[in-house]
Order: sequence, then structure tokens, then C-alpha cells
Amino acid sequence: MAILEVDGLKVYFHTRNGVVKAVDDVSFSVDSGETLAIVGESGSGKSVTCYSLLDLLPKPPAKIEGGTALFNGKDLLTCTADEMRHHRCNDIAVIFQDPMTSLNPFLTIGEQLIEPLIYHPDKSKIETRSRAKEKAVKLLDEVGIIDPHTRFNCYPHEFSGGMRQRVMIAMALITEPKLLICDEPTTALDVTIQAQILELIKKLQETRNVAVIFISHDLGVVAGIADKIIVMCEGTIRETGDTDAVFYHSSNDYTKKLLDAIPEGAKVLPNRVTSNEPLVEVSNLKTFFKNESGKNDDDRYIKAVNNVSLTIPRGEILGLVGESGSGKSTLGRSILQLAPTTQGSVKFEGKTLTGLSSSELFPWRRKMQMIFQDPYASLNPRMTVFETLSEPLLYHKLATKKTIASQIKQLMDDVGLSQGQLKKYPHEFSGGQRQRIAIGRAIATKPEFIIADEPVSALDVTIQAQILDLILDLVERHNLTMMFISHDLSVVRYICDRVVIMQHGVVVEEGDTEMLWANPQQLYTKDLLAAIPLADPISERARMARI
Amino acid sequence: MDSIETDKGSSLWKDAWIKLSKNRLALVGLGLLVILIVTSLLTPIIAPYGYEAQNLDMGATAPSLQHWLGTDIFGRDMLTRIMYGGRVSLMVGFIATAVALVIGILWGATAGFFGGRLDAIMMRIVDVLYALPFMIFIILLMVVFGRNILLLFFAIGAVEWLTMARIVRSQVMALRNQEFVEAASSLGLSQWTIIRRHIIPNTLGPVIVYTTLTIPSVMLLEAFLSFLGLGIQPPQSSWGLLINYGVETMEEYPWLLIFPGLALSLTLFALNFLGDGLRDALDPRTSKD
Repeated sequence: MAILEVDGLKVYFHTRNGVVKAVDDVSFSVDSGETLAIVGESGSGKSVTCYSLLDLLPKPPAKIEGGTALFNGKDLLTCTADEMRHHRCNDIAVIFQDPMTSLNPFLTIGEQLIEPLIYHPDKSKIETRSRAKEKAVKLLDEVGIIDPHTRFNCYPHEFSGGMRQRVMIAMALITEPKLLICDEPTTALDVTIQAQILELIKKLQETRNVAVIFISHDLGVVAGIADKIIVMCEGTIRETGDTDAVFYHSSNDYTKKLLDAIPEGAKVLPNRVTSNEPLVEVSNLKTFFKNESGKNDDDRYIKAVNNVSLTIPRGEILGLVGESGSGKSTLGRSILQLAPTTQGSVKFEGKTLTGLSSSELFPWRRKMQMIFQDPYASLNPRMTVFETLSEPLLYHKLATKKTIASQIKQLMDDVGLSQGQLKKYPHEFSGGQRQRIAIGRAIATKPEFIIADEPVSALDVTIQAQILDLILDLVERHNLTMMFISHDLSVVRYICDRVVIMQHGVVVEEGDTEMLWANPQQLYTKDLLAAIPLADPISERARMARI
Repeated sequence: MDSIETDKGSSLWKDAWIKLSKNRLALVGLGLLVILIVTSLLTPIIAPYGYEAQNLDMGATAPSLQHWLGTDIFGRDMLTRIMYGGRVSLMVGFIATAVALVIGILWGATAGFFGGRLDAIMMRIVDVLYALPFMIFIILLMVVFGRNILLLFFAIGAVEWLTMARIVRSQVMALRNQEFVEAASSLGLSQWTIIRRHIIPNTLGPVIVYTTLTIPSVMLLEAFLSFLGLGIQPPQSSWGLLINYGVETMEEYPWLLIFPGLALSLTLFALNFLGDGLRDALDPRTSKD
């Protein structure tokens, strides 16, 4: 029996620039004990749909223009604030994306856990502190927190990201809801942690028989846990169906486009010139940061990069893989001399860069560039595209006033942007377009070596595919050497010739991409590879069963 | 390098001007300020009376055709007094604020950008100056350098920059870890160029708002100092001083308070409208229409 039936839901945002139809005529239903995945790219309306059910949208600008959302026969869209509070306290719970910001840092997790029980709006349901604590400890145990009695009194900062998300799940379940809404619950987590959390949600859902709405941008993540899938785009439902039907027999163009955009297998570049001549040589590199709170000699320094040696031959795309905190970004910045190194050396074209002053480094800067992760932060918001692109050319005296306009037009062509957009500011572009501008800035000086630090992880999957293809195209055309830093192993496999795996500042394993995939040597590498969610329901279910 | 400067001038500032010219309130503010400044400049020519011209027999009279804004207890024309007072007040307001702005931005941006020990030292200096009683500081300056209107500008500016430095520093610290700053250093831009081109323009929003708040508070500070006999001396006048005298005789001769008060409020309104307009205009993220 359907626990939630949404019919013809319309949510419009009334902004100064007109009406945005965030959700337009969306209908679906969820049965108890069922997992419904809502999949879509950013701006598809997937989150707005769910938030409107719980009255969590800012109104104005949001306005519910029509439709019904029957929860056990009662319409959520027309209920009063008190009734809504009742629903939130008893029936429906939400898990948010970022476990780092969803917990109050000033309260112990125990205090936050029992809050809904001891401040329940329904006086008859208020529990005593000790009973509430008992319940909370039991639940913490169930979500996999070790030593729940002690951990009950800990503050959020004492937990890692994955553990915090477990706490969040416990918080959502403490009221024993009948419907659980998960809004990208694993997007902010590392891939091995993500696998654990997905498994936990699946297990809890089965034992407690709750209905789950799982919002995600990643088809791979939902493949193993969803019973039904809704594909949304621009506020409308493009496809509804059983998981297998959506993955294997979809006739919808948009769904196909999403599935096609998932990087799979290795891609071989036809016209690449690789040589054995090393372009970048890193030997015994150490980058330590002072840790003010360190007590003994061992933790006085944070060893972000600890004794790393690697060589990148000219023309190679080297993948650098690791989870958050593995030191992969610091290694990238140390190679470019953007982070001060502690020991060891970095050589570029045989010339030692470590220890050079910034003026001595200047001519080398032209040859090594960087592409950053967040296209919203990597462009100066007060500079037009023209200014952003002209800066590297002018500072390195690669253009004169006469030639600069045509050079910048050429750059815009290279990265696939139209020339009419030169006078625009970054905020007028979408995330993918901004990343194109950032790539244009990086290749403006005609560098030989580019470090790309998670260049596609902030982008939607279809945009991600386009940017990856652009990067591959540029590597090929300009004969670039690249270090590609990523946490996403599928992307790395798609784009890289060779892979280096890092953990805790140390290189764990390195090897040719396909050989490493086929035959990983280290336990950590095996764990990483096993944790990748597969965009294929049958093998994904089998994989989850194995773990 | 020069060409970059001109390119910069032709976009952010030019776009800002286009946007500002579409903002009616900001234009009204700008217009009012221009009128006030032009009036102050031309005061010696267009003022109806001399600012010392007394008429003790007449005493304080209400506004009339001869004296549009009335006269004070010495029979001096209020319109003239306000016009002359405006010269002092606007000058103190703008110059002292400009001093505060320049020192504050440079100091705060340097401390925030370089961080570490330099930041610690620079900000402790700010803390010490904060803790120094303002009056003692001013009086010491007056004792050492004597009474001088230029010293007044300097003294007020030297105190007001402290808050500006703190605001700019916190902004810069948030900005310096942004990826676009890192991108600039990976291009090999010098640190000073990064501060100038990438950091300072992005701190303009709060700086402009704080500046529009500083100007009126500086004008009142001048009145306070003058009231203590440390600023300008009678028979010279300023809006702050006029307001102070006006307060004393508020019950009998309300126009002595109302008109200088109006002049100050008008300036404040104009500054706020212009400041808000400037803040929006300098932020490309606000829509162009």
C-alpha cells in the first residue's frame, strides 16, 4: 500500500527575473518498505520536490501552485504548521547531504539525538531522559557506532565524516519514522565510507520496513539500493520505472544520456606522443604542516606528504587517487611550488624547482598550470572572462595589445565557448562553462604540464563527460602532460594512463591503469576498487551483497 | 603591465558606472553630495552675510525673508553659518575618512594576506591603539603639535582606520584561500599584484558600507573635539558645533538645532544612498538592470 502519493505537484519560484518552474506536475508514490530513488542533475527539482513535502522551502520565493501529497491519506501540502510538526516528529525524517554542517557543534550528539523524544509536541509521547538515552544508545549501536555509551556524550567534532553521517541516520530514525528522505546522503563522503553508509541504509530499511526516498545525482549510487527510479530534469519527470527497467530497457533519451555520461572502461587516445623522457621528477618529497595542538614529537607536524617519489614522463596522464586527507591535493600544490615543501626535491625538465625564489620560479610558472576543483571559487567574481583570460597572457608577455583579442578568441574556441561571452562575469555562466573558462586560463600560457585537481567532481554527470572529453582533446592537441587528481576511480580509469594511489601522505601503489584494475596488489587498493558503485543494478547488488 | 590597468578600468569600474547611472536613489544621493560640495566651495562668494557678522541688537530671530534660516543669539545669519560650517564638516568627513580608508585597507590587507607572525604583530599594534584612550591620544597630539586643523584630520583618521583594518583583514583572510587567488599565484603574479588585483576589489562591498557610516561619525567626532576646544575655534564653525549649541537652546530657539541637524542628516542620507548604490554597482553579481 502506498504510504505517500504525490499527484500533480507544482512548485514555482517567483523571482525578480520571472517565474522558475522548479517542480512542474510531478506525480509518484512510495510504498512502505520500498526505496524510491529520485535521480537528476542540479536544478532538476529533485530536492525541491522532497522539501516541499515537509514545508522546508523558503516561502517566498517558493510557492506551491498545485497538486496533492497524500501521506497515509492526509494531504501534506495543506496541513497546518502544528500538523506538519507532528508529521516531522512522528512520521517523516530527513537525512541531509553534508554531515559536517547538519549537526550542532555545541551540543553532544546524545543531546541532539534525544531532542525529538524529550521535547515531543505530543505531551503524552514525551519520554524521560533515561528512557530516551536508552533508546538512543541502542540506535547508535544499530547504526554501527562502536562503544555507544561513551560516544553518546561526545561532540560532533570528535567524529569523522562517515561516523557523523551514521549519527545523522540514527537521529532520523529515533522517532521511528515511516518515511525516510535521504538527500544525497553519501555525496560528501569518501568512496569506501559511501559504500558502508549505503549498505547501512539498505539494511535499516529492510529491518525496519520504512519507505525511503533517496535523492541522488549519481545513477551508480542508486543502482544497488533502489526499487524504483524517477529520472527528473528541469522540474519534470522524464521517466519512472523499476530499477532494472530504467537501467536496461530505457527508451527515454534523457535517461540514456545520463547512463552514457557515466565514465566506463578505459579510453585510448589515438594520436598521443608519449616518450620516456621524464618531465616531472619528484624525489623524497615531504610537505609537513605545523600542528599547534600537537603534544609529542610525532604529532607536532601534520605529514600531508610524506616521502613521495614519482616520475611523470612527457605526454602521460597520471592519475593521483586518494580519499580526503590523503595528501593528494597537497602533493599537487607542492609540485607546483604553491605549498612550501619541507624536504626533497621537484625537478621540471631536469631543473630543480624546490628552493627557488618566486622571481626565479616565474619563467617556470608559464610551463606548469593548474585546474581547480570548484569552478565557482576558482574565478575572480569581479573580472570579466576577457580579463581572466588576458591576465596570464599579459603577465607572461605572450601577447601584445594588438594580438590579445585574437589570442583570447582562439582560447575561447579551444575550450568551446562562444566569443560573444567575453564581456560577461563568471556568475553569468553555468558550472560547466566556468570550468571551461578556468581550463582556458590554464592553457593560455601554452603550458607543458597541467595539474588538474578534481576538475569534474563539482559538476553534473553529463557536464562531467563533456569536460573530460575537452581535457582529453586538449591533451591530445597541445601534447600536454597531466597529473589528474581525483577521488573518483571511474573517472581516473577513463582518462589516465597510469595511476598512483595515496593514503595518509604516502604512495601505496602505482601502476598502469588497466593492470592496476585487473590486479591490485595492496589491500587498500583492493578496498578502494571494491567500493566503487557500479551503474549496473545486477552487478551492484551482487557487489553490495559481497561486502 | 600598463595595459592591464586600462583593461581593468574599462570593465569593473565602467560597468559599475553604467549600473550606478541606472540607480535613481544613488543618483539623487550623488547629486545632493555634489550640490553640498559645490556650495561649500563657493561659500565665500555666495554666502549672504559674513560668518562673523554679528547683530547683537537683533539676537536670535526665527526664519524670515532677510534671514532664511533665522539668526543665532548673536544675530549671525544661520544660513551663512551652516554654509561655512559645511566647509569644515565635509572637509573633515572626507579627508579623515580617506586617511582611515587608505591606512585601514593597506594595513588590513597586508596583515590578512601574509598571515602568520606579521599578522600577529600588525594586529597587536591595532589592539594597542584600540586600547589607548582616544581623548588622551588626541590631547597628546594637540599638546605636542599645537592646534592645527590638519592635525585634526590626521588624528581622527588615525583612530578610525583601526576598525577598517579589522574589517578588511577578516575579508582578506576569507579570500586568500580561494582558488582564484591560488590560480593567480600559480600564474606567477607577485603577491602585491594579487592583493591589488584580486583581493582588494573583492573586499569593496563591506568597505564601502563602512565608509558611508564612518563619514558622519567623523563629522560628529569633530564636533565633540571642537566642543572640548580641541578642534576648530569660534567664530569658525562646523555642523557639529552648531548642533551642539543648538541643543543648549533647543527650547527657545529650535531653528538653531533643526537646520544644522537637517544639513547633517541630508548628507547622511545622500551618503547612504550613494554607498548602497556603489556597493551594488561594484558587485557584478547584482543584475544589470
